[in-house]
Amino acid sequence: MSSNQNILVKLNEAGFSLNNKWLVKGVSLQVEKGKIVTLIGPNGSGKSTTAKIALGIYKNIDGSVEKYTNKVGYVPQKISIDWTLPLRVNDFMVLTESINNDLIDEALSLTGVTHLKDKNLGDLSGGEFQRVLLARAISKKPELLVLDEPVQGVDFTGEIALYELIKKISDELNCGILLISHDLHTVMSATDHVVCLNGHVCCSGSPMDVAKNNEYKALFGEQASQILSRYEHRHDHIHTSEGEIKKN
Amino acid sequence: MLDDFFIRALIAGIGVAIVTGPLGCFVVWRRLSYFGDTLAHSALLGVTLAYSMEFNIAFSVFIISSLIALTLIQLQKKTNLPGDALLGLLAHSSLAIGLVVIGFLSFIRFDIMGLLFGDILAVTVDDLLIIWIGGALILLILRLIWKPLFASTVNYELAEAEGLNPDRAKAIFTILMAAIIAISIKMVGLLLITGMLIIPAAMARNISSSPQKMVMYSIIGGLLSVILGLFSSLEFNTASGPSIIAASLFLFILSLLNIKQSIKLKN
Repeated sequence: MSSNQNILVKLNEAGFSLNNKWLVKGVSLQVEKGKIVTLIGPNGSGKSTTAKIALGIYKNIDGSVEKYTNKVGYVPQKISIDWTLPLRVNDFMVLTESINNDLIDEALSLTGVTHLKDKNLGDLSGGEFQRVLLARAISKKPELLVLDEPVQGVDFTGEIALYELIKKISDELNCGILLISHDLHTVMSATDHVVCLNGHVCCSGSPMDVAKNNEYKALFGEQASQILSRYEHRHDHIHTSEGEIKKN
Repeated sequence: MLDDFFIRALIAGIGVAIVTGPLGCFVVWRRLSYFGDTLAHSALLGVTLAYSMEFNIAFSVFIISSLIALTLIQLQKKTNLPGDALLGLLAHSSLAIGLVVIGFLSFIRFDIMGLLFGDILAVTVDDLLIIWIGGALILLILRLIWKPLFASTVNYELAEAEGLNPDRAKAIFTILMAAIIAISIKMVGLLLITGMLIIPAAMARNISSSPQKMVMYSIIGGLLSVILGLFSSLEFNTASGPSIIAASLFLFILSLLNIKQSIKLKN
């Protein structure tokens, strides 16, 4: 990784501890314009924590984080919204930045939820809400997108379309994306750089390099490597099998 | 015209209602009603200090309430006690100290009832200036911090991640709370200020579909409560604070009818 003006955010040996326990430690990575960096790893391996370090949500971190942009779009893994607030999708879209109506409509139609614009946020289903979250993050045309499991709860065909959308956004807006995903198919097909976490960086590199790595195999099992090789040889079938890998 | 105490009270009340409307919405959204109570209790200490040093009541209350708010933030960082325990600790200890100080000030005649429940006879032209200038400042500052404050009310991490500095907005909002209590204490009384903040906002929640509408209805509800309350206070010779709060409760009950109707429509 060479340092250049395309870097949007850079973590140097970053770590975060809570109650004397390290959530994640010694993570170095960088996200550049137009590139998709994906974090993979088992539950509790520090993926979301790493994303929050990159976003500057955690303050007292070990190591350092350098952020070169303020135009950030974030889709958190968990979001709890208090229903004492009367909040429509339309109000939610302009939560952190006032954007014009055309941009709102455009983003909502990209994620397929234009019809929900005047609905109350509390009345949406999990998948619908997830689409709105993604629409909100992309509507302001950010330079850096941080997507923490952005398609959780979205139906199968929607999932494929949204991942394609994410790839398209990265190309069209030339924005950098830090993606957290459990879907190894997607990770391997659309990603420029993979970081495999398990409390620390197990291995990182291009999808192919990571798939060959022994630590990756130990973490995800032999099957995960096979998924990858299957993908490599049969490009037209990547979405036909139920690709979720069971993790311990 | 300002010679008439009732006109003065009306102008003061309208000024207070316009400011408590939007602030009250945030109190409801951010679950701060006990925080409001704590600041209001500590206001008694501010009032007694104002009397003993012949200082302006609103300024004195503002300073004491701000100090209590800052103390709370420090205690939250330094102790493991839950928030409500800290609020109770500060509320009752500052109330107690305020009452002890009153005991030492036996040479001054205190209208305790007026202090606790508001007194429309006590509103002077100076108070009007403080309410309207102070109120305008509060609204202006609230307008400036609206975006980060509202975004972090919806979700702190989104606001922080997307560069809105929610911590600063929260600190400023805390000071605004102290300020609204300081300017409205004469009208509503320190026991009932939180009611003035939350009841019109709660009423507005029942009938609004967006945050902007809720703020608007909250202001309208506050204005109606003040006008209704003050006229009945004059008519029945009751204390102004309780009359205003009772009027706002009446509006809240009306808003419940609206909810029942909309639930019926859904079925």
